[in-house]
Amino acid sequence: MSKRTVELDLATPGVDAKGHPTRVPLTATSAEEPDLRDEHLLVNIGPQHPATHGVLRLVVELDGETVVRCIPHLGYLHSGFEKLGEYRHYNQIIPLTDRTDYLSPMANNVGFALAAEKLMGIEITPRCTVLRVIACEMSRIISHMVWLGTTSIDLGAFTPFLWAFQERERIYDLQEMWTGARLTTSVTRVGGLMADIPDGFVEKLREFTRTFPKTLAEIDRVLTRNAVWAGRTQGVGALTAEEAINHSLSGPMLRASGVPYDVRKDKPYLGYETYDFDVVVGEHGDVYDRYLVRLEECYQSNRILEQTLDRLRDGPINVDDPRVILPSKTRAMTDMEAMIFHFKQVMEGVKAPVGEAYVGIENPKGELGNYLVSDGTAKPVRWRIRPPSFINLSALPKMAEGHLLSDLIAINASVDIVMGEVDR
Amino acid sequence: MIPGAVREAVARDGEQIVYVGRDRLLEAMRWLKETPGQEFDYLVDVTAVEFRDRERPIEVVYFLRSLQRRADIRIKVELQPTDELAVDSVWSLWHGADWLEREVFDMFGITFKGHPDLRRILMWETYAEGYPLRKSFPLRGRFSRAEQVRQALNANPEAHYSLEELSIAEAGGDLPDDIRERLRLGQRGVVPEPPPSKP
Repeated sequence: MSKRTVELDLATPGVDAKGHPTRVPLTATSAEEPDLRDEHLLVNIGPQHPATHGVLRLVVELDGETVVRCIPHLGYLHSGFEKLGEYRHYNQIIPLTDRTDYLSPMANNVGFALAAEKLMGIEITPRCTVLRVIACEMSRIISHMVWLGTTSIDLGAFTPFLWAFQERERIYDLQEMWTGARLTTSVTRVGGLMADIPDGFVEKLREFTRTFPKTLAEIDRVLTRNAVWAGRTQGVGALTAEEAINHSLSGPMLRASGVPYDVRKDKPYLGYETYDFDVVVGEHGDVYDRYLVRLEECYQSNRILEQTLDRLRDGPINVDDPRVILPSKTRAMTDMEAMIFHFKQVMEGVKAPVGEAYVGIENPKGELGNYLVSDGTAKPVRWRIRPPSFINLSALPKMAEGHLLSDLIAINASVDIVMGEVDR
Repeated sequence: MIPGAVREAVARDGEQIVYVGRDRLLEAMRWLKETPGQEFDYLVDVTAVEFRDRERPIEVVYFLRSLQRRADIRIKVELQPTDELAVDSVWSLWHGADWLEREVFDMFGITFKGHPDLRRILMWETYAEGYPLRKSFPLRGRFSRAEQVRQALNANPEAHYSLEELSIAEAGGDLPDDIRERLRLGQRGVVPEPPPSKP
């Protein structure tokens, strides 16, 4: 094997007017060096690769180290949830929603319950509304913590990962207190909740909201002005506002590109319009701005959690409607009418009127839509999940084009995908 | 008036639904996107609905949103199941439709004319059991589990790559001879028959 003499021009890649990095190509000096400029290499990344955040497979065409084309392959985690939903009662679908975006199960439960309630025309109780807001914002925090941790590991920072997962663990403890499960919470029911929060939950959550900003500030101090972090993320994978809109991006991905759209503000559900919080908007639409948006969103979620705790009043968590809410076990065993309702609900399910309903909620990953079509039976004709990370991921080939292979890892991490949701 | 509008309706959730004729879908979509006062610049979702009543047409549903006006609209195209299941692709208007239309194609078998890269997306490209979200598709799939496992184990390596990727490898001269030979014979993804068991 002949020894190569290659002169390396160690210039730091800059950024041109379009936001794409410019770089100096490596030039070979020896005469007999073959010209490899037109030879492209096909590299397969994944599906079992830690930096693809799940079973995502990317086939990348490389020119040297530059990505010419990136072709994602999905479906390794396809479980057919939408098909399964057509064979289940509305309340039986809720456990399926846990398993789609499994990093924010509670928010998925809420999203589905809201769609089913809209379809059936059910108004939930005030206490249930506040508890669901708590569920959504806790989910946002744990999802962003996982994102922060894994992305920082992808880019070589290990410490923020440990801090982020420690905070996530505290929320998981709260979820376990509330539902008995850490991951597969299934906390909502159509018309209410599986259970009220237990004693001590409010105090523990208040303690969390008091101390959580401290951890955020530490992560902020370690990463935001870190030269390595900024160098790996600034100007990488940038999308303009028009491109982000045209690719149907949502959530932090859309806002990082400077589009101030937040479902919580613009199409409010669960009374979000009455909470005091800010919509976080980025400017450049690159990986760095997506990081800033998600970090700041954690502060805003924390603010909302503080407000919910002040608003939490005693009251029923379930609507007073024996057709949709199961009677208590004691009543079902002693009262004839309650037993009939119990039997009918378990055996026949809750019938939804003919029609359709779509509810989009602001999930940590973006807009999670639940579209239900009913033909009057207890099982939906069609249950469609609008998967935010699936749609955000569809912009990956565009974002990765022209970047280095190592930047592809950063860009892929910045999309914040969960394969359970992408493949459903 | 939206061009091609067949009829309008209001869904249970108060959302406006407009039924559009299949032939004028692209025209209506362009009108909705570009007309001042409409400006539906954001494609929220594309999906399809097949009803349990097999006589009812299959609906392709588009969720549009105007980010400026904060307004939503739902556009539906009805396709008769006896007819050809095809509509025009809206990819030229919204690039976000790329994967969404691929998913509808994958799950329902509806062809989007003019889509740049209409391949299966969640199921693998050589999947032969049909379209999973159609009502005629059984919940457990068409093939037995044993048959599915046999096919997965026997699939040729080129079945895991798209034709585009194979052509890149071919151009680089990286393709092994046996794969090139199978591709020449059009055998991509064909499952070889198991060897006859010895008596």
